[in-house]
Amino acid sequence: MPISEEIIVRSELRWAAISVGVVSVIMIALIYAGLVHHINPPSNIERIDPKTLHLGGEFTEANLGTRVSGDGQVTSRIVATQFTFQPRCVVLPANRRVTLRFATPDVIHGILVSGTNVNTMIVPGYVSQVHTVFTRTGDLLMPCHEYCGLGHSEMSATVRVVPPDEFKPDAEGRVACDAR
Amino acid sequence: MLVTHARQLTFAHLWLAFLAFAVALVLGVWQMWARSPLPAPFVTASTYFSAVTAHGTAMAYVMPVFMIMGFGYYVAETALDRPLPAPRWAWSAFALGLAGALMATVTIFSGRAAVLFTFYPPLTASVFFYLGLVMVVAASWIWCVLMMVAMAQWKRANPGRPVPLAMFATVANAVMWLWTTIGVAAELLFQVIPAALGLKAQLDVGLSRTLFSWTLHAIVYFWLIPSYIAFYTMVPQAAGGRLYSDTMGRLTFILFLIYSLPVGLHHLLMDPQQSNAFKFLQVALTALVSVPTLLTVFTIGASLEIAGRLRGGRGLLGWIGALPWDRPLVLATGLAFLMLGFGGFGGLVNMSYGMNAMVHNTSWVTAHFHLIFGGTVVIMYFAIAYAIWPAVTGRAAPSLAAQRLQLWLWFAGMLVMTLPWHYLGLLGQWRRVATFNYADPIIAGWGPWVVVSLIGGVILLGSGLLFVLNLLQFNVSREPHAAAPGELYASAVHPPARVPAALNGFRLWNALVLVLMILAYGYPIAQFFVGDSPQALVHRVDERR
Repeated sequence: MPISEEIIVRSELRWAAISVGVVSVIMIALIYAGLVHHINPPSNIERIDPKTLHLGGEFTEANLGTRVSGDGQVTSRIVATQFTFQPRCVVLPANRRVTLRFATPDVIHGILVSGTNVNTMIVPGYVSQVHTVFTRTGDLLMPCHEYCGLGHSEMSATVRVVPPDEFKPDAEGRVACDAR
Repeated sequence: MLVTHARQLTFAHLWLAFLAFAVALVLGVWQMWARSPLPAPFVTASTYFSAVTAHGTAMAYVMPVFMIMGFGYYVAETALDRPLPAPRWAWSAFALGLAGALMATVTIFSGRAAVLFTFYPPLTASVFFYLGLVMVVAASWIWCVLMMVAMAQWKRANPGRPVPLAMFATVANAVMWLWTTIGVAAELLFQVIPAALGLKAQLDVGLSRTLFSWTLHAIVYFWLIPSYIAFYTMVPQAAGGRLYSDTMGRLTFILFLIYSLPVGLHHLLMDPQQSNAFKFLQVALTALVSVPTLLTVFTIGASLEIAGRLRGGRGLLGWIGALPWDRPLVLATGLAFLMLGFGGFGGLVNMSYGMNAMVHNTSWVTAHFHLIFGGTVVIMYFAIAYAIWPAVTGRAAPSLAAQRLQLWLWFAGMLVMTLPWHYLGLLGQWRRVATFNYADPIIAGWGPWVVVSLIGGVILLGSGLLFVLNLLQFNVSREPHAAAPGELYASAVHPPARVPAALNGFRLWNALVLVLMILAYGYPIAQFFVGDSPQALVHRVDERR
């Protein structure tokens, strides 16, 4: 059953074309999702000095947690540190565009929010930023998902998603878990 | 030809690889137990993360490096049919790697290196951990040079003739590994080791993560290539057929060399220090690295079809049933391809840019690389060892049935372990924790699936121990092995008389790798040397409080 070399080459080329076609379809789907649905990785490249972030600016203690700005934008600022989050619980409204901003003064951390696609690394030296819309209410888990030292397994926080009408900022625009 | 040196080298390297593997297997099962709802003994944060560090170090560095070196020595002598150049250097490399592996192991088990095999600076372990790993890598560099010298000597003695595919692929892997290790070597030598020695109080974490990503994907192809060498050069022969196309084999290994390197940023898709532009560029290159695997599935499928039809298989699919599935190498290939199908699908999800957010740092990823590496790659390591052990020990295999059972158990265990992991990953189960709080209502529901995956792990442990036992059986076998070692290799349907220089060496492809690496990694690395790149304080994990 000898197969001629020409047939072999032709069949390999045909298969190579199919392979490249499959890869192209995947890439087109990714480009479509990125451009049309804005599904992109968190990549804002915002530098921040980990050694001084607690001393002044956005990530000082008084500034952490959820805050609604004058133009109605909801932002939660969270510090990840060995081996806890500050604050350990944040309140966010359902069905509304929210922004999560993270920074760390020490080592690498990372978070995901259970049951959602919220996911980012937290790298010392950078602010990590995720935009999302929570569609389900309730207490969601937000664990540290990157090894950060021996206490890593205990490092976890809560994202409390509340119905929009229960989301009531105070005079300064703040909403906190224990204030509710 | 298999003279004493290569025989003993292969024997020593593979045994060291499999001993490291067996220890790591036990640790792996215990780690799964600790994470399950069942009460496990000895669990503290320190024991758990030291065990994870040991498991990763053994499985990602020690086992594959020694397996690949040992197999390379075997191929260099049997495929080229000439003695190994400079066996003294090969033995020195073995001693260096062994000393390094022992040093790293002792440091890990003394509890001074709980940083996992991926390091995570600014966490900083005892310097002896990193130095041990540098010695293992340095040993593999000596091997790389020996492989290139062996091929060059053969080419000089055989001008104009194509280098046998098995050796061409081995050297492709050696060349790729030299490129691959540049990233981790730079991270260790310029950042981590100075920090561990106390010479540096702070380091740039964005840079260290980027340098490690340089290594982190190509290392997977370093592990994988021996399996592909078996697919192309040994499996068609074991099945009783011919290799469909020698040229496609060469192209596949060249494509691996080119595309496995400029793709590492897909491990950093969720990182804040790299831009979307370079993430997307490397995702596109990652998509291309699936091409050589798709080509391989076709070429090996066609080669097996030839074998099946020669054995009397008829019809569209009848040749599949006619294949000699009782031969371990053929069986392992079938099982490896099935796992490659599942694992490859999971991998496409991982690399899919924004979609990575769904699975990043969840059990999905753990499942993916255990299925591809632990499954597809390691099952072929088993089959390779079974195939070459008669020539290495000079004795015939005592029981093929025990070998087949071991391969089936490995396949079953891998699926029982990794399919629940994929599911748990989609549910959001995160990685790298010692224990879960099963009192939490969200986590409580995961419990049964975690137990199922633990059962898979126990099956894998049983299979791994049976593998070691099967190799030991050769020592008690009395039946001498007669066949020449070169008979392991398949010839092509149309063996090439000559091939273009580009398909017989790597000069052109090295130039292309350099261009691609500058394009893909030039700015992503250079950005840390521009402006005020923030530094993080070193955090030691080896100081007793």
